[in-house]
Amino acid sequence: MAVLVIAEHSNGALASATLNTVAAAQKIGGDIAVLVAGQNVAGAAEAAARIAGVAKVLVADNAAYVHQLPENVAPLIASIAGNFSYVLAPATTNGKNFLPRVAALLDVDQISEIIEVVSADTFKRPIYAGNAIATVQSSAAVKVITVRGTGFDAVAAEGGSAAVEAVSGPADAGKSAFVGEELAKSDRPELTAAKIVVSGGRGMGNGDNFSILYSLADKLGAAVGASRAAVDAGFVPNDMQVGQTGKIVAPQLYVAVGISGAIQHLAGMKDSKVIVAINKDEEAPIFQVADYGLVGDLFEAVPELQGAL
Amino acid sequence: MKVLVAVKRVVDYNVKVRVKADHSGVDLANVKMSMNPFCEIAVEEAVRLKEKGVVTEIVAVSVGPTAAQEQLRTALALGADRAILVETNEELSSLAIAKSLKALVDKEQPQLVILGKQAIDSDNNQSGQMLAALTGYAQGTFASKVEVAGDKVNVTREIDGGLQTVALNLPAIVTTDLRLNEPRYASLPNIMKAKKKPLETLTPDALGVSTASTVKTLKVEAPAARSAGIKVKSVAELVEKLKNEAKVI
Repeated sequence: MAVLVIAEHSNGALASATLNTVAAAQKIGGDIAVLVAGQNVAGAAEAAARIAGVAKVLVADNAAYVHQLPENVAPLIASIAGNFSYVLAPATTNGKNFLPRVAALLDVDQISEIIEVVSADTFKRPIYAGNAIATVQSSAAVKVITVRGTGFDAVAAEGGSAAVEAVSGPADAGKSAFVGEELAKSDRPELTAAKIVVSGGRGMGNGDNFSILYSLADKLGAAVGASRAAVDAGFVPNDMQVGQTGKIVAPQLYVAVGISGAIQHLAGMKDSKVIVAINKDEEAPIFQVADYGLVGDLFEAVPELQGAL
Repeated sequence: MKVLVAVKRVVDYNVKVRVKADHSGVDLANVKMSMNPFCEIAVEEAVRLKEKGVVTEIVAVSVGPTAAQEQLRTALALGADRAILVETNEELSSLAIAKSLKALVDKEQPQLVILGKQAIDSDNNQSGQMLAALTGYAQGTFASKVEVAGDKVNVTREIDGGLQTVALNLPAIVTTDLRLNEPRYASLPNIMKAKKKPLETLTPDALGVSTASTVKTLKVEAPAARSAGIKVKSVAELVEKLKNEAKVI
C-alpha cells in the first residue's frame, strides 16, 4: 500500500496545502511519495523531501508541466498511478482541475474534498454546501481523492530526508496552451492558511470601505476575505470569496463584518474555531453560528475594535 | 458550430436540506427542485454564443430521473434548440455521468460542451474534467470568460491566486464559474414555445454506458452543530471575551 501525493507549488516554492494533504496520507498509512511536476522545480522538490513522513519525492521536470495544464499533467499522473493504491491532491483549484481527469483516465470514481479518513477505504466528505456529511467507501484499485486542507492539520515541513528521483511522462499533448495570468497581489497571509480571517460582506457598502477591514486585519495579522455579495458587487476581487463556490477556511478566529450568513457563505467558514459576527441586523442568520455577536454599525464597531487591540 | 450543454436537476439552492433519520441520505420529498445554478450559467453562455452568431445549434442534455425533463424544458425556454434526457432512476457517480455524456458527444459531435463547475448537491466538481479525459478534449474549468476564436477557444479561469487564461483547441470542454455571466429568466411566451421543442429520451443501456461505481455511500449525517454563542454589548466586552475566554487574540 503506497500513497502518491501530488504537490501544489508555484514559482519553485511548495504550497502549504501540500502539507495538509501529506497529513491525510499519513492517516491512510503506507509509504508516501510526493510528485512534483513542473519546470525548474528543484526548490519545491527539495522542500518536499524535507517534509516529515515523506519516503520519496518524484520529480517530473518538463516544460509541458508548467502551469499544471491538465491535458499534460493528468496523463503523467495516470502513468505513475499504477504503482500506488492512492493518489491524493489538495482540493485547490489546481487539484480540482487535473485530478478528476486522472481518475477518468484510470476508469475509477474520484472522492472529492475529504475531511476525515475513517479507515483505509472509508472517508468523510461534506455534501449540500456542508449541510450534510457523507461517509463513503471506495473499492477502486487506485483510490483517487482530493483533500480539503482545513480538515487536516499540516505535517511538519522539516524533519524528513526523502530520496529524490526523476520521473518522465508523456510530452505536451498539444491541446492547450497557457496564455497568461493575472494574480492578485497581497502582503497579507494567504486566506486558506491564515490563523485569523476578517471578512466583509454587502454591508461594507463599497470597495473603499474595505480599507477599515484591511487595517483591522493588519493589526491582527489576519487575511481578508469576502462574501459572494461583496465580490459580485465588485467591492473586491473574486479570489477573496469565502464560501461553497469560493475558498474554504477554518481559522482560529473568523470575523464576519456586514455578512448576513447565507448557506453558501457558511459552507466556507463554519468550521472556524471561533466566529465573531458584527452586523446591524440582529436577525441575520450569521448570529446562529457566531460564538460572539455584536449588533451594531460596523463603521463604528470596526475602528473601535481596532483601537481596542 | 454545435454546443452541448449539460444541466442537472438539484435541490433548490435556497432550501435548507435535512438529513433523513435513518442516515440514508437527505430528505428530498416535497422539496423544491431547480436547475443547478452553475448549469443555468452554462445555458446562458451557450445562448449568448448563439446570439453572437458563433453557435448555430444548442442541445441541452441531462442525465437523471424523468422529472429532469422540467429542467430541460427550462433550458429550451432559455434558448436551447432541442434536448436529450438520459433517463435513469439510479443516482449516478460523476464518472457514470461523464460516460453518458461521452456517448452523447460521440452521437452529436459538438464543438463545445459547456457544464457547470459543480452541482450544489454532491459538490463533486468532477463531471466536466472526466468528460474531457474520456473524449480526449482540452478542458477550460472554472471559466469566467469564454471567447471562441477560429479553431480555438480562449478561456479565462478563476484560480486560487487570481485569473488564468488558456487557449484550447476545439472541440473542447468548458465548465462555468459564477462570474461568467448573469443568467436570464425565461419569458412566458418562451416557456410556451419550449413545450413544442423536441425532447428525446434515451437510457444508459441504449447508449451502452456502464453505470457501475467504485464508490458507495455508507451513511449521511448532519454536521456537528455549533454550540450557541452569546451576544456581546460592546466592543470592549468583545475584545475581553476574545482575549480571556476564547484566547484567540
